[in-house]
Amino acid sequence: MGRLPRRVGMAIAVLALGVAALPRGVRAQSEELRRELEAMRRQLRDVQEQVRKQEELNRRQAEINKRQEELIRKLTAERAAAPSPAAPVETAAAPSPAAPAPPAAPTVPPPSQPWSPAQPLTLLSGARGYLNLSFDALMDFGWSTTPDVTTIERGDHDPLQRGFTLPNEEIFIDGAVDPYFKGVADLVFKLDKDNATEVELEEVYLTTMALPWNLQAKAGQFFTEFGRLNQQHPHAWDFVDQPLVIGRMFGPEGLRNPGARLSWLVPTPFYSELFVAAQNSHGDTAFSFRNTEDALFGRTPIDRPVRNPGDLLYVPRYVASFDLTDSQTLVTGLSGAFAPNASGRDTRTQVYGADVYWKWKPSWQSGGFPFVSWQTEALGRRYEAGAATVERVGLPPLALPRETLGDWGLYSQVLYGFTYRWVAGLRGDWVDGDRGAFTPDENRAQQYRISPNLTFYPTEFSKLRLQYNYDHGKLHGDDNSVWAQVEFLLGSHAAHKF
Amino acid sequence: MKTIAELLTALLVAVLGCPSMGRAAELKVVATTTDLAAVARAVGGDDVDVTALARPTEDPHFVDAKPSFIRIVNQADVLIEGGASLEAGWLPPILDSARNARISLGSAGRVVAAQGIPLLEVPTQLDRSMGDVHPQGNPHFMLDPVAAKTVAQSITTSFCAVDNARCADYQAGLDRFRTAIDAKLRDWQATLAPFKGAKVVTYHKDFEYFFQRFGLDVLDTLEPKPGIPPSPTHLTTLIPKMKAEHAQLIVIEPYRERNNPDFVAENTGAHVLVLPAMPEGKADYIGLIDSDVSRIAAALRKAPAKS
Repeated sequence: MGRLPRRVGMAIAVLALGVAALPRGVRAQSEELRRELEAMRRQLRDVQEQVRKQEELNRRQAEINKRQEELIRKLTAERAAAPSPAAPVETAAAPSPAAPAPPAAPTVPPPSQPWSPAQPLTLLSGARGYLNLSFDALMDFGWSTTPDVTTIERGDHDPLQRGFTLPNEEIFIDGAVDPYFKGVADLVFKLDKDNATEVELEEVYLTTMALPWNLQAKAGQFFTEFGRLNQQHPHAWDFVDQPLVIGRMFGPEGLRNPGARLSWLVPTPFYSELFVAAQNSHGDTAFSFRNTEDALFGRTPIDRPVRNPGDLLYVPRYVASFDLTDSQTLVTGLSGAFAPNASGRDTRTQVYGADVYWKWKPSWQSGGFPFVSWQTEALGRRYEAGAATVERVGLPPLALPRETLGDWGLYSQVLYGFTYRWVAGLRGDWVDGDRGAFTPDENRAQQYRISPNLTFYPTEFSKLRLQYNYDHGKLHGDDNSVWAQVEFLLGSHAAHKF
Repeated sequence: MKTIAELLTALLVAVLGCPSMGRAAELKVVATTTDLAAVARAVGGDDVDVTALARPTEDPHFVDAKPSFIRIVNQADVLIEGGASLEAGWLPPILDSARNARISLGSAGRVVAAQGIPLLEVPTQLDRSMGDVHPQGNPHFMLDPVAAKTVAQSITTSFCAVDNARCADYQAGLDRFRTAIDAKLRDWQATLAPFKGAKVVTYHKDFEYFFQRFGLDVLDTLEPKPGIPPSPTHLTTLIPKMKAEHAQLIVIEPYRERNNPDFVAENTGAHVLVLPAMPEGKADYIGLIDSDVSRIAAALRKAPAKS
């Protein structure tokens, strides 16, 4: 830095000498020069002052940087050294280092760790974020002997066609709202047969966490707690497609609607819980009820208004579980769903269900394997169908009387996690109905299916599945299908309900 | 409709008629794993009734969220969990259904053992291509007796907060536990001192804290990445590495498969040692470390010094 002032200084000296050497006659002129010189000096002082200030600033900044670096080093070292692995024996011999516990009741939880730069900043996963966010994608591909796959695969999240299907791509968000509520949102995207994107607000609800008397309430749109499978999202299914009986009773979307549910943990010596839900009874997500989207059993649906609270959907369910041995658990449940249906002005539907789940998982399980599980659900429906007239092309109109239609069905599945990451499954499906006036009816005719499958789970976050279906229907005959399924999960760790 | 009305009435009667649950004489303590349960017993003695959810011989990451656990957690005065995502796969659904505010996060009755423990291997980056890495760090700290003392302190703080009348008992239990650990720690360190720096291989990163405490060196794991099973590629690099580094011991948990450990042992001349990571039955914590230390010492003594 010294160079600039020196040069300026020399210039000034030369100028000064020049001024001194001037004869008197030029003094007037020199007066002007002197003023200029004065101005230059002032400028020089300013420049010098500025340089000094800048230097001072630089020095301070360097100091701050150094201090920061030291702090980071210290924190990192503390973090690494803190576990004091291989600590010398002296540490152990020293008197108990931690402060004695306070005698009065401290309601503060143990102190959390101080933040260190070595810690990751997790906003959306693990136990640190305000919400858990995950994205789960399911993809199916395969072939069937029937060109119209939807005649045998009735579910909306089943394979829809020969070739490829993206039946369920969901964004799942959950977290504690506050100490009183937990919130859940599940947004599903899927591609229909024409590759148009469909969006479903599949579930959005909050659950209470702190009601007295072992009660819990849930409100919003949710999958009805009826049986086992109806509550599960497609990525949690053990097979590529939903069982036939679920499609018969609850349609392509399953039973879910806006509503509220109260449940009570019954004080029995074993686990048992009683659920009662009240939900809206209309729409194609209430398939067997006030469903104006589908013309069922030959009847044109009537748009019935809700006249009184009895027109809503009511679903009671009781579940009990027993640990048969240290490694065997049994869960049994009974459910019912009651609401009006859309086939007449005063017609109602009752659906009843019984479910059983048994699982063996030995005390030496590793990574969740091996295991054997058996799950069966049987459902029956009593549907009061209203009187109606069906127009037929080239035929006289068909008069349908008021009648009560009985339908039933069950599925039973066995899963065997025979070695780490591999699961073999076998499912049998069967549905049938009594004889109604509207016949033949694809929604009521006898059908059965046998599905063996094999699933490979590379990790908890992905799966590859291969399934064969043999379908037989009174109306559509025999069909053979092979489906492959791929799943991936991004985001927060998935926890599984039993 | 009539049946529904009846059902609702029955529900209402049952709810109102349900006698409020009186606090049992003993503090009801639920621990997710048996090591935490053992420390809770050491602190609480006869004043507490401790139940462990996971079985001691099973993989603690993959426990089933059995419905019976909901009932157990519902009645708990204190819930002790390991934390750091150890139970992330199964505890959340139980807590969602347990409807027990006494043990909700931040309540006096909830102990997250990992809090206050400086965790090892805290990832600086979260990417699942690195395997199932726990975002908060390695959660298998309970085999470090010094960490167990910190956990005992957290448990005591909770017990005192929930059941202040017997705080002195809990303090005494904590002091006894700490004194016993301090006394034993010298013995354990003396037993393993001759093997300082010995190289061992483990299956999963379950024994890091234990070996660091006692000055043994974990050379590698049979898993190429956490939660990813041993691959031929990984084993073919591991075997020469073990030979070059004179690693004589492969330590595995009781629930691990034996094929890969045995294969590596055969090809390296190392021994496979099945080391319990959890106390079984009513066994106490110090007994577990005692037995693990002597097993390791015996195995290392048996191992040829150098190949």
